[in-house]
Amino acid sequence: MKLLRMKPGHGEILLAEGDVQVPEQERELIEAFRRELDEGMWAAVPLLAPGGRRQAELVKRFEDVPRDAERVIFFPRAAGGAPSTGG
Amino acid sequence: MDLGLGTAVVVLVVLLWELARPHARRLGARAAQAFSQRRVRADAHRYDRGRELRAEQRARALLRSCVEQEDWEMYRDLGLLRVWGSVPAGQGAGGAAYAYLIYPHKPIVAYVPATGELLSEYCVTFPDHSRPYGSSRLPDSDDVLAKWMALTADERGLIGEANMHLPGRQVDPARVAADLSRLAAWDRGRASPTRGSVRAA
Repeated sequence: MKLLRMKPGHGEILLAEGDVQVPEQERELIEAFRRELDEGMWAAVPLLAPGGRRQAELVKRFEDVPRDAERVIFFPRAAGGAPSTGG
Repeated sequence: MDLGLGTAVVVLVVLLWELARPHARRLGARAAQAFSQRRVRADAHRYDRGRELRAEQRARALLRSCVEQEDWEMYRDLGLLRVWGSVPAGQGAGGAAYAYLIYPHKPIVAYVPATGELLSEYCVTFPDHSRPYGSSRLPDSDDVLAKWMALTADERGLIGEANMHLPGRQVDPARVAADLSRLAAWDRGRASPTRGSVRAA
């Protein structure tokens, strides 16, 4: 599993990578996951819906991430755009 | 007498200089270091077209890896992404009652696919307050992907966070009409058109 974060001026960066079946690596993934949420990021897991369509799922706890997920993508939480910011 | 006084003054000045020299050196070094750090920070925050292009390339690759191939091609060809609303159209109408157009760094536009009528604009941003290169703005394709992920995962939540406005507040309705026309032509041009990505929303 890879934890990625969108970043201005860079694109995504790799925060952590590990096998959730390996306790030590899972612990590192959990720590990185919590760190991002503490910083106010949203976490999304790209996945296939039952009909085969691609979609995403927002998760708030590491336990909610499917064990077979390949990636969790962190991005800044949404905010209502100001009228003149190009929203 | 004068000679003695002059000598004493010179000795005093030399002694004071010897005492102050280490402090003066440290102060000078600190000032030089601060100046250097300010310059490094300014360089890092300066707009760098190459860096922004590389960021956008990464963002496009990430977007492509997350959405349907058809949706990726739509974004590549038209510069926008269509997301179907979660509420189906009435019986016999077929398809979704409404859909969204996602543009990079512009409001999400809701419209009625059957008529092309514009419903509203949802102004939403994803500002990164850490401002790693002096800007809180994600690359264009990351902004589109963030909207797509948030819409497909939690349509109501995202719409609830957004500032809703009547059509035309920020996105020119004539432009949207032209984009819908291009989108219709793009749909017709596809060999096996299928519905877009966000029916699962």
